Amino acid sequence: MSTRLTKGGRRIDRSQPVTFRFNGRTLRGYRGDTLASALLANDQMMMGRSFKYHRPRGVVASGAEEPNALMGIGQGGRFEPNQRATQQEVFEGLEAESQNHWPSLAFDVGEVNAALSRFLPAGFYYKTFLWPRAFWKHVYEPVIRQSAGLGKAPKDRDADTYEHYYHFTDVLVIGGGLAGLAAARAAASGGARVTLLEQSAHWGGRAPTDDDATDQVEALVADLSKMDHVTMRLRCMGAGVYDHGYVLGYERLTDHLADKTGPRHRLWRIRAAQIITATGAIERPLSFAGNDVPGVTLASAVRDYLADYCVSVGDRTVVVTNNDDAYLTALALDRAGLSVPAIIDARQEGGGDLAEAARARGIRVLTGHAVAKVTGRTRVTGVKLARQTGEGAVIEDIACDAVAMSGGWSPVVHLWSHCGGKLNWDDAEAMFRPDATRPPTGADGEGFVNCAGAADGVFAPGEILQAGAAAGLRAAGATGHPGQMPDLAGPSERPLRRANPLEPVWLMPASATRALRAKTWLDYQNDVKVTDVQLAAQEGFESVEHAKRYTTLGMATDQGKLSNINGLAILSGALDTPIPQVGTTTFRPPFTPISMGAIAGEARAETFQPLRRSPLHDWHAAHGADFEPVGAWRRPYAYVRPGEDRHSATAREITQTRAALGLLDASTLGKIIVKGPDAGRFMDMLYTNMMSTLKPGRCRYGLMCSENGFLMDDGVVARWDEETFLCHTTTGGADRIHAHMEEWLQTEWWDWKVWTVNATEQYAQIAVVGPKARIVLEKLGAEGVEGEAFPFMSFQNHRLAGIDSRVYRISFSGELSYEIAVPAGQGLALWQALLDAGAEFGVMPYGTEALHVMRAEKGFIMIGDETDGTIIPQDLGLDWAISKKKDDYIGKRAQQREDMARSDRWKLVGLKTLDGSVLPEGAYAVAPGHNANGQRNVQGRVTSTYHSPTLERGIAMGLVLNGPNRMGETVEFDTLEGGTVPARIVDPVVFDKAGEKQNV
Amino acid sequence: MFDPAQAHDTGVAITTSAPGMITLRGALEDTAFKAAVEEVSGLTVPEPREIVQSGEHRLAWMGPDEALLILPRDALCDTLAALETALKGHHALVADMSDARRLFHLTGPDAALRDTLARLCPVDMRAFQLGEIRRTRLAQIAAAFWMGEEGRLNLICFRSVAQYAEDLLSDAAGKGVVLH
Repeated sequence: MSTRLTKGGRRIDRSQPVTFRFNGRTLRGYRGDTLASALLANDQMMMGRSFKYHRPRGVVASGAEEPNALMGIGQGGRFEPNQRATQQEVFEGLEAESQNHWPSLAFDVGEVNAALSRFLPAGFYYKTFLWPRAFWKHVYEPVIRQSAGLGKAPKDRDADTYEHYYHFTDVLVIGGGLAGLAAARAAASGGARVTLLEQSAHWGGRAPTDDDATDQVEALVADLSKMDHVTMRLRCMGAGVYDHGYVLGYERLTDHLADKTGPRHRLWRIRAAQIITATGAIERPLSFAGNDVPGVTLASAVRDYLADYCVSVGDRTVVVTNNDDAYLTALALDRAGLSVPAIIDARQEGGGDLAEAARARGIRVLTGHAVAKVTGRTRVTGVKLARQTGEGAVIEDIACDAVAMSGGWSPVVHLWSHCGGKLNWDDAEAMFRPDATRPPTGADGEGFVNCAGAADGVFAPGEILQAGAAAGLRAAGATGHPGQMPDLAGPSERPLRRANPLEPVWLMPASATRALRAKTWLDYQNDVKVTDVQLAAQEGFESVEHAKRYTTLGMATDQGKLSNINGLAILSGALDTPIPQVGTTTFRPPFTPISMGAIAGEARAETFQPLRRSPLHDWHAAHGADFEPVGAWRRPYAYVRPGEDRHSATAREITQTRAALGLLDASTLGKIIVKGPDAGRFMDMLYTNMMSTLKPGRCRYGLMCSENGFLMDDGVVARWDEETFLCHTTTGGADRIHAHMEEWLQTEWWDWKVWTVNATEQYAQIAVVGPKARIVLEKLGAEGVEGEAFPFMSFQNHRLAGIDSRVYRISFSGELSYEIAVPAGQGLALWQALLDAGAEFGVMPYGTEALHVMRAEKGFIMIGDETDGTIIPQDLGLDWAISKKKDDYIGKRAQQREDMARSDRWKLVGLKTLDGSVLPEGAYAVAPGHNANGQRNVQGRVTSTYHSPTLERGIAMGLVLNGPNRMGETVEFDTLEGGTVPARIVDPVVFDKAGEKQNV
Repeated sequence: MFDPAQAHDTGVAITTSAPGMITLRGALEDTAFKAAVEEVSGLTVPEPREIVQSGEHRLAWMGPDEALLILPRDALCDTLAALETALKGHHALVADMSDARRLFHLTGPDAALRDTLARLCPVDMRAFQLGEIRRTRLAQIAAAFWMGEEGRLNLICFRSVAQYAEDLLSDAAGKGVVLH
């Protein structure tokens, strides 16, 4: 059984007991415990069930690589699934629950999957659910969805807050072990700004446990802490390395605390000139049958639990290894008074100095041997001993309650590899190591990532210190801050141990029978066995990337930290191809999953997205505005009064405006000032029509096309003076069109004398619309605005209600209409004055829907309705707005292409349903016959469709094949309900064609 | 809602003001243009990423061919007219943008001010100098900021997104100091 020993435990504080709950049971631990160590201390060896077969699983590791002990942590708004118990620190009141079991951890119905395992081979998803076809939707998918996933998704809104933090540093060191500390110390010696991140709650990595280097670690930390230009963060993982030295750090601020005040996570967005990855190494499991039974643990983790938390995984621990390191575990257990029945070393020649020490302490050491099989179901009861070279014939049963295994070490090369650092296979050590000659490179072609310590395949403590410091100096030197080699006393001065080389052991025993291989786990979290990988190879999945996806090896939340190397070694064996040729799968960030909250940062609730508000926004909100999004703006769709819906409010607004007077907040329209001696020339290129001939004081409607000829924006241009134009753009188009202008000015016509300013935000603009518009203007003080004194498509400056105003006589509704521009801060005052002056005419504000209906009644196009990025002005019958006199304009050449110029493009027409109904939005006009895909042929589509309160029937515009030549013809439009609606092709202008209302 | 007098636990207070703002577009290296602007504003045309100040007048570098003159509202009309006159015949654009932007002032301990913006802007706030101006991104919107003196940080953004900026700044200022 696993238990807490009476004395010791480097990280725990026995004077501070804490209580926490696991699956509803109240348990006790100490401050400093991880959830995993505290559970082991309570003899809770089983910590979850596996993904596919629901096999009982215990903790395997002691850090970020843990695949099994995944928990749901917290409750309600603080619940989060799939958290590693090995990294979660306990605190008073912690709530944890194990995952992937039903109804309970101890008894699970899904375990039947394990009995059916021979029917769930690699790729079973792809093989099993193909037939019958209809079963996928109704049977297979629902069942798979039910059983898929590990943790439960949180149901409540996240109760915590998160933040981002932008940080800039010369040298970033990822990993606070001996190598990282030495690197930071050396890098800081020349004055470089240094940042050091450590994902755990402790400095030193494995050094205190494996190298007795606590003093050395403390001295380095103390030195660094004194330096102002050094930033050190614990519980902050280097999550990903990206181009140009951009790194994400993931800091967990309150996950270890009972007090959840303040942001929960902080996402560090770091720009580093140089990066050092000192990320250590991960011990590999050995592949023998039953290597997933709770109690089978990495040898290094057994040492960690003993040294850091004074917890023993078992009373009797068999150690199995292919290298010398695991002997450290045996010695530590023996020193702690625990029993080590045997050290099973796969190597014929056994170990070096440490093996001698073990023998000297009377520990039984068996060389050239293997574990044939682990016995036990929910916990280890023993191992069956065999020869490593055989098929697994059992020599002896050894009773034990824990197995400590070591298959060698895999350097954590993830962060080195994220941005393209290359690896070499080291045959002697059986591991992939960073190739220092092929680092990730920056914009200058030089490497910006350095690797140091165990992450570089360097394991002797003295060498780690030197290598770390050297990397630190190299990195700091590259940033222009050369330093000096610090004095690094300590373990480096100790004599090196004589060790025997590791022997690669990818399967134990080497020729294990199929029955044994089918119980030999490679990927614990996704239940991938040796036989699965061999089957994938046999079925032709030879690429490591294909084999990964076919078997799901390394696809779980741990991304194969323990399994990838063992898995590809098996694949290499099955393909009879050397490991380096098989290669690794791609290492992608983040190193371990980071929270969605940390990614979102401040972007939640009110600050989820910036909303743009017009200067009149608050007035609208206070007067029943039902807002709709237009780009990032919120514009009133309609002002809904009590007893109305959107539809009836819109009808009221239109009727009132056409009868007397309406007001529209047009402030959101883009307003771009274009000025300079070449402004006219520039305008002629921007717009399809001739703008340079516009007289100062006059306005002209214009179209803007992309260089591919497609209509991208429209609006009224006013010539303020000889050199200055104001371009009105659509609401959503202002920023885009301004950027378009600047792009042409900066890249193509850099020698033209033109300046632009996007003045959209400077003005409030109010449209005064309807037969009474002129009277209201006069009431507010405008003089000389009668008839030809202030003609249509011109502007004048007036002082209205005491406010300096620029009044544009333009109309988008067919009514007599003025748009009044005033400084934004004066907008509300003018609006209020207009409401007061218009009260006698029953003035009403109207929203965007009324605007849309009124323009559609006049046959005016709308960017985004009649256009969709594939429409040219000629499609919309706007040839009158395309100048024939100009040599060029943006899009002209494109419009001469064959496809643009062909005669059978769909063209704009009005559509009038025979029954007066409103055509469905986007409906297609059907044509006889079917296309090659068996779909109905089509000959047009609806682009705008509304109920017109003016005409008391549906009105629509659409693009129809040869439309303008087919006036009076009837075409059928598809409906969503099935069937078709007949509509007659008519003139798009259905209201006041002669313009009598507007030209008064 | 926003209380301009609100002081956060971190000692950061946020207020707003509405001075005049004039956008100037012209070649900032052009001597004639420079002389005209300097004559009217009484300020030297700033170097890249610099903002210069004299009394209540500030002149900010906004780009290689754009500057922003910030001045008291009551001097706005006269200055606009003076600039138009002084720049007559030069290729330049003078635009009154006083209502287009909102100006925020954050006051408080230096570290708290710098960390407030470090949460929202991709700018090296440790290295940010007095007299420097940065046009950058404030979370999801465009903004510019400068520090004229220790303990006072000024930030402008477009008027339509002022509420968003205010929410962001209040929130970030309340989160305290990351690096002392």
